[in-house]
Amino acid sequence: MKELLLGNQAIARGAWEAGVKFASGYPGTPSTEVIETLAKRFPETNPRWSANEKVAFEEGMGAAIGGLRVLVTMKHVGLNVAADAFMVFPYAGTNGGFVFLSADDPGMHSSQNEQDNRFYARMGKVPVLEPSDAQECRDFTIAAFDLSERFATPVMLRTTTRLAHHKGLVEVGERQEVQQKEFKPDPRRFSVPIYRRLSRPLVEEKLEAMRAYAETCPLNRIEHSDSSVGVVTSGISYQYVKETLPNAAVLCLGMTYPLPPELLRDFCARYETVYVVEEGESFIEDTMRAIGISHVRGKEIFGVIGEYSPGRLRKSLGMGDLPEPAGGDGAALLPRPPMFCVGCGHRTVFAALKQLKVIVAGDIGCYTMGALPPYEAEHTTFCMGASIGTAIGLERAGHEKVVAIIGDSTFIHAGIPALIDSVYNGSKLTLIILDNSATGMTGAQPHPAAGKNAGGEQAPAVNLEAICRACGVENVAVVDTWDRVGVVRAIRKAVYHDSPAVVIAKGPCQMLPEMRRREIAPYYVLEELCTKCDACFKVWCPAIIRTENDFPKIIEADCTSCTVCAQVCPTDAILLRENSQGDRFLQISEDSIS
Amino acid sequence: MTEHIYNLMFAGVGGQGSLLIAEITSIAATQAGYDVKQTEVHGVSQRGGSVETHVRFGEKVYSPVVTPGEADVVIGLEKLEALRFAHFANPSGGLILANDFEIIPGSVAEAEKKYPHQALEHLKDAGYSLEALPASGMARDLGDVRMANVVMIGALSTLLPIPLECWQKALRVRLPARYLQGNLKAFSSGREVLLERQRLGEFQQSPIAE
Repeated sequence: MKELLLGNQAIARGAWEAGVKFASGYPGTPSTEVIETLAKRFPETNPRWSANEKVAFEEGMGAAIGGLRVLVTMKHVGLNVAADAFMVFPYAGTNGGFVFLSADDPGMHSSQNEQDNRFYARMGKVPVLEPSDAQECRDFTIAAFDLSERFATPVMLRTTTRLAHHKGLVEVGERQEVQQKEFKPDPRRFSVPIYRRLSRPLVEEKLEAMRAYAETCPLNRIEHSDSSVGVVTSGISYQYVKETLPNAAVLCLGMTYPLPPELLRDFCARYETVYVVEEGESFIEDTMRAIGISHVRGKEIFGVIGEYSPGRLRKSLGMGDLPEPAGGDGAALLPRPPMFCVGCGHRTVFAALKQLKVIVAGDIGCYTMGALPPYEAEHTTFCMGASIGTAIGLERAGHEKVVAIIGDSTFIHAGIPALIDSVYNGSKLTLIILDNSATGMTGAQPHPAAGKNAGGEQAPAVNLEAICRACGVENVAVVDTWDRVGVVRAIRKAVYHDSPAVVIAKGPCQMLPEMRRREIAPYYVLEELCTKCDACFKVWCPAIIRTENDFPKIIEADCTSCTVCAQVCPTDAILLRENSQGDRFLQISEDSIS
Repeated sequence: MTEHIYNLMFAGVGGQGSLLIAEITSIAATQAGYDVKQTEVHGVSQRGGSVETHVRFGEKVYSPVVTPGEADVVIGLEKLEALRFAHFANPSGGLILANDFEIIPGSVAEAEKKYPHQALEHLKDAGYSLEALPASGMARDLGDVRMANVVMIGALSTLLPIPLECWQKALRVRLPARYLQGNLKAFSSGREVLLERQRLGEFQQSPIAE
């Protein structure tokens, strides 16, 4: 039977079919749908959102050593967080099959950098599988478990954005029940630091055995042809090669580490011109050159930056230009810059920060948009949890009033150690935690402070206020994020405090299912009372538009009843619809704060 | 079944449901026995940003990505987005199917003044083959402006070699039961508008089929 599946859904399907009994991950584009699909469709894989990727990896490592088949998922930068565990696990090797997804994001659609994680695999000496379509996402996931158990090694499944986020028809199968493997306690194997010198040579032996296996690995597919052109490729780029050079011979490498030297030499010797087409860095290409294949053209013509596409290959190969946009180039055409959703609770916080004119160190989440107009109230953003450490450093560099701003999920992920450090080392910084009970940017997944697990069931919620106090912060304020004046007051008070202070701005993400499904009593503008002072426009709510007569108008179908525009209106011209059920929104907000 | 690979580009604003109708189209093409691939590109914001969704179907489809200049139909759910993605239309035979509807970007200063209100006229003048319909108005008359997206695929259905029953099945598969009846009406009204124009000879574009 064939199903139309997203690459990520096909990976989830493959994991289920392969008999996975434990799955963990942290949300991150473009990897998120794997755990989501497992949670929705395949609960017998025991899927969970973990506090961060390192914890997810370590939980998976434990479950695999304990004898289960395990899938761990993360985006490319997630592996930076999990790298400590990742680098040492191969020394012990796995017991049950251990496969981890590294979803790379060339083009940085929703990432802070580009990063080709195949280099991690080389550094950690673990094999890499790269599917090239949705069918292979399912097939290679299953094959990855067999490979993992065959060589007792963790296996990296590497995808890129277009592979993860395209849909294709997938022939699916049934779940195989895989017997749990016995765990035999063995300090010489599993206590790596003590016995590292014993394990070290085994890592090299295993790598050589995998290199030999790669020569005949069925995941490396050869399509010979009469053409003088041969192409070595991997991943989604294979599809672009088939569109652009339909007659060329193709070696599609399904296993891109370790690479098979003989297979590559033999393939390339048959063709006069050889192109290497791989998204990301010159990973395959470098190895080919290193083993003496010199008639190769790759990154010099296709480039290392951004996503590939058939159009890009065509241009790079000098096969013709593409039509230009009809409305002029991107700059000439009116853009639709990213912005906070209607009713997003982050708005009031950034409005306050803009007003206070403080230095703001930001973090990873929707609130990176606070750096954009109209707020321009976020001055640094680097990586998960970096806001607090950066703020401590900025303060030490002589900046008086420094604010760190971080989401609830990101705070749990990587913010807590830095907050402890700010107390320990005598910082005076202000930390604002945007507590919306969701990992918002990736689609409002639950996290350890949200009160729900990955499957949407009730779960214990850690108390962020109590965590901050336990870290040693004495001044912790909790405010309703839609209470405009309350937010300003709380932040102002915290900024002028001479010890670390935390403001928790609380209110659920509008993308949460319970927020989207609730009945909403919208607000409207009573033109008789409106003086066209434009104060409501400065809330920058996308649901407020201008009429032909210059009055503000609220798109009632979009209004979330957040009340912020009504709070700023000096003439009380913004009113709740009378025939509605009352302000449902405020009820929810009050419940969530109690 | 021909060897032609059908290339469709759905362009809209986050919240308009362009991804949903691209999915319905993909399911309908699957029902008709085609190989199908689909992909979408959107920015970091959940709502209010440009959303482009690519659908390709035929006997054997490799890339999920539509190349500029190769789309058989660009489905613009909004005028500015139709303009932004018009160059994806194939210069020989490609059509832009546009919803005559404006969404002013919320966070751009003086967006109303900068908005290209003459976008569709501009495209016609530039030589693009374009068919506009008031899908949002039609959907509002049917009771819910949000069904404009389904009105648009009703119109699209007259241009593609996918049998009507495959479209209807796709709508049933993809839409919640409580919205189905309204959306089937929206689909029919979009389809009727284009069929009527074809009957009256106002619209020369024949189905791309075969």
